[in-house]
Amino acid sequence: MNVVGQLAPLAFGLAVIGSGIGVGIIVGKTIESVARQPELQGRLSSLMFLGIALTEALCFIAIAVAFIPFPAP
Amino acid sequence: MLIRILVVVLILVVFWLGTRNLKIIPGRGQSALEWIFGFVRQNIIFDTLGEQRGRRYEPILMTMFFLILSMNITGVIPGLQLAGTARIGLPIILAIVSWIMFMYAGMREKGGKFWKDSLFLPGVPWPLYFLLVPLEFFSTFILRPITLTLRLTMNMIAGHMLLVLCFTATHFFFFTVLASGNLIGLLGIGSFAFGVAFTVLELFVAALQAYVFTILSAIYIQLAVAEEH
Repeated sequence: MNVVGQLAPLAFGLAVIGSGIGVGIIVGKTIESVARQPELQGRLSSLMFLGIALTEALCFIAIAVAFIPFPAP
Repeated sequence: MLIRILVVVLILVVFWLGTRNLKIIPGRGQSALEWIFGFVRQNIIFDTLGEQRGRRYEPILMTMFFLILSMNITGVIPGLQLAGTARIGLPIILAIVSWIMFMYAGMREKGGKFWKDSLFLPGVPWPLYFLLVPLEFFSTFILRPITLTLRLTMNMIAGHMLLVLCFTATHFFFFTVLASGNLIGLLGIGSFAFGVAFTVLELFVAALQAYVFTILSAIYIQLAVAEEH
């Protein structure tokens, strides 16, 4: 039996699990700290976006892998 | 390519008209421009680099922010629909500029000590340096520009593909399925609603990516010039 298809979407899905969890933790912790100290909200939200951007970079690397022209077997 | 030229011309015209005759009491257009300039200056540049050092790197970071912002926004303008940063050429150039900029900043303020500070972490037993120095070199000088490029490009490509998916699905449902009398075509209403929602999300992402790119460049400069304690 031959299975023909592309593995890149699967790999992307697997890569997204990790960064999804990471973004969830970041946002959750930010909400927690804003609830404790509402006056720091501006500073904390800019830190949050920074953390999200750094975490997201991993799954964007995973998208980029799909664009690498691997030689067909 | 055409989009990029259009955007550059547009930026030049807007800023030329907007800053041609500045008044002490700003009009409506001037105060909008001043608000966004003030935001970039205060929240991105001065907060990370500090007032004195921030002034030195302000022009290039400001240029980066506005270039990326306007290039990103073309991704959601009907008729243009492709972000200028969705092809990898422009983000690569911007990342290389930022890469050269933080190395230049470090070399200028600390000279040769910059390389020692950025490669050798303090307070580590010396045998570990065989492991840590290549790792630090890799993460600081190779991975930084690559992630800057990929983050911007892939955000824009993913957003573009999402919009394409939603709107082509709408077109398919309405004009192929529904036109042939099949009521499943009413799903097109849902995909159209998602398309509109993602357009708004893309607008937000465009601004966010410009912010993130600029603030990361500023942070890299800050890390390069920071004194070790």
